[in-house]
Amino acid sequence: MNGFFDIPSDLQNTWTGLIGMHLREALLPVAAGLLLALPLALLCDRFRWLYPPVLGLTTILYAVPSLAFFVVLIDYTGQTELTVMIPLALYSLVVLVPAIADGVRSVPDETLSAATAMGFGPVRRYLQVQLPIAAPAIIAGLRVATASSISLVSVGALIGNQGALGNLMAAGLKYDRPELAANAVLTTALLAVLCDVALVALRRVLTPWMPRSGRERTAAPHEELLTKGAAR
Amino acid sequence: MIRIDSVTKRYPDGTVAVDRLSLEIPDRSITVLVGPSGCGKTTTLRMINRMVEPTEGTILLDGEDVQHQPVTTLRRNMGYVIQNAGLFQHRTIADNIATVPRMLGWGKQRARERAAELMERVGLDASLARRYPYQLSGGQQQRVGVARALAADPPVLLMDEPFSAVDPVVRKGLQDELLRLQDELGKTIVFVTHDIDEAIRLGTMVAVLREGGRLAQYAPPAELLSNPADAFVEDFLGADRGIRRLSFYTSDALELTTDAVVPADAPAERLAAVEAPYLLVTDVDGRPRGWRERGSDGDRLLSYGRPFRPGVDSLRAALDCAVLSPTGWAVAVDADGKVTGVVSQQTIGEAIRAAHTHAEPDAGEDPARGEDEKVAG
Repeated sequence: MNGFFDIPSDLQNTWTGLIGMHLREALLPVAAGLLLALPLALLCDRFRWLYPPVLGLTTILYAVPSLAFFVVLIDYTGQTELTVMIPLALYSLVVLVPAIADGVRSVPDETLSAATAMGFGPVRRYLQVQLPIAAPAIIAGLRVATASSISLVSVGALIGNQGALGNLMAAGLKYDRPELAANAVLTTALLAVLCDVALVALRRVLTPWMPRSGRERTAAPHEELLTKGAAR
Repeated sequence: MIRIDSVTKRYPDGTVAVDRLSLEIPDRSITVLVGPSGCGKTTTLRMINRMVEPTEGTILLDGEDVQHQPVTTLRRNMGYVIQNAGLFQHRTIADNIATVPRMLGWGKQRARERAAELMERVGLDASLARRYPYQLSGGQQQRVGVARALAADPPVLLMDEPFSAVDPVVRKGLQDELLRLQDELGKTIVFVTHDIDEAIRLGTMVAVLREGGRLAQYAPPAELLSNPADAFVEDFLGADRGIRRLSFYTSDALELTTDAVVPADAPAERLAAVEAPYLLVTDVDGRPRGWRERGSDGDRLLSYGRPFRPGVDSLRAALDCAVLSPTGWAVAVDADGKVTGVVSQQTIGEAIRAAHTHAEPDAGEDPARGEDEKVAG
C-alpha cells in the first residue's frame, strides 16, 4: 500500500480533489442530459411520429466514440472540463430520452383519459401524472447514464489532464506506479457503486406507491437500454 | 339538460364514429348509451366533455354550446368515471379523490375533509385514505373512481363502462351502490356500457346505438323490452327479453293462497283437509321448511327453492321462484322470512298477462311469448 495515496505533484490535486472533479465531470452532464431529455420526451409523447427519428438520431450519436467528439470540440472549447462534459451530456441524453419516453408511455390509457377528463392540461398532466408514474423507469435510465458517465470521465485524461481519476491512471502508467492505477480503478468503481446506491434509495423515497414485491404493475426499466449501456 | 343535436364525428381516414346523432338527456336521471363495440358510444360520451370534438352538430349543456366554454372549466364541472378506475397510482386514495377540489383551489384541509366524506358515501372504510391504489381490490378502486368524480359536486357525471372490468358479483354491488347514490344525489348521469342487462338495470332512458354510430332506439327500458324498434334492437336485447321485461312489473298484485301452508306440528285432520297435491310445511316461527307431497310421510320434504317478497321483488323474481320450485309453486315471505302464502305458475302467468294488457292494450303476441319462455326457463 506504499504510496497508494501519494499523488504525483504534476496532477496539481489531492485524492479527494480528484474525486470531487470526477463527480462534477460525471454528474453535471447527467443532470444536463436529464434537463434536455424531459421536454424532448414530452414532445415525443405528444407527437408520436417524432419518437422513431429521435430514437434513431440519439442511437447514432451514441455510436460516435468519445474521442472523436473531443477532437471536434477541442477547437471550440479547448482543453477544458467542458470538452469532456459535452459528449457525456449527449450520451446521457441518449440513454434518458428513451427511458423517459417509454416510462411516460407505460402510463395506462385510462389514467391519462381520467386526468384529461378532470381538466389537466398537457403540461400539468405530464408533470403531475406521467413523470411521477414514470419515475422508476427514469431512475433506471439515470442509473445507466450515471454509471456510464462515471467510467467515461477517465477518457478526459487524453485531453490536457481533464480526466480526474483518469489522470491518476495515466500518471500510474507514466511513472510506472501500478498502485496509482489500482487506486484510480478502485475509486472510480466505488464512486459508481455509491451513486447507484443513492439512486436506488431515491427511487424508494419517490415511489412509496409501488408494490414492494412484484413490480409488474409499474414501468419496467427498458431492457434494450440496459444492454446498450452495459455494452459501452 | 344535455342536448345532442345531429352530431357527427368523422375521422380524417373517413370512418364515421357517430352519425347524425340527436338525443335529449334529461336532468337528474341515468341515461345509458348501449351498443356493440364500434357503435360510437364512448365517442359520444367524450364529445360531451370535449375530449373528442364533433365534426358536425352541437352539444348543448343547459342551453349553452359546450364548444363555447373553456375546456378545463367544462371538464371540472363534469365528473368522469372510466373502466379500471384510471386512478393515479402514485397518489393516495384521499389525494386521488381530492384531485379536482385541489385544482379548483380548495385548501388542503377542506379537500381532505371532502375526500373523507365521499369515501364514506361510496362505502369505503376511512382507514383506506392513506393507502395507494395497488393496495385496493378492483371493486374498491372503482368506488374511489366514483368518489373522485363526485369530489367537486359536479351536476353531470359521465361514466364510461365503469363496471365492466370487475367480476359479476362486485359489479352488481357497484350497480346497486350507484342507484342508491343517485337516489341521494340526483346527478345527470350519462352511462356507457356494452352490457344490455346493465343498461336495463340502471337506465331511466336507454339509447341503443348500432355500428357506424347511428341511433337505433331511444326509450325507457320497459318500452325497449316490449317494443323493440327493429330486428337489430330485438337481437341486441337477447332471446329472453320477455322474461327480463317482467323485472318492471311488481309482484304485489299476485293472489297468494295460504290453504296449502301448514305448520310442522299441525294435526293430521288439518293435513287431510288440504286438497292441493303439495303442502308447504313451516317451522314454529312460520318460516318455510319444505314441500311435502300429499299422502307421503312427514319426514321427506322437497326443497322450496328461493322465496320471493311480494311488492319488493318483481314478477320476474316470483316466476323464477316458481320455476325453481320442484312443485311449480313459488313461496312468498315477508321481511322476517315468514311465509305469507304460496302462488302457482299458472297464477303468475295470469298476472303476467294482466300486466301486459295493462301496459299495452294492443299487445297480442307478447304474453304468449312470455309463457313459452317460462316453460323453457
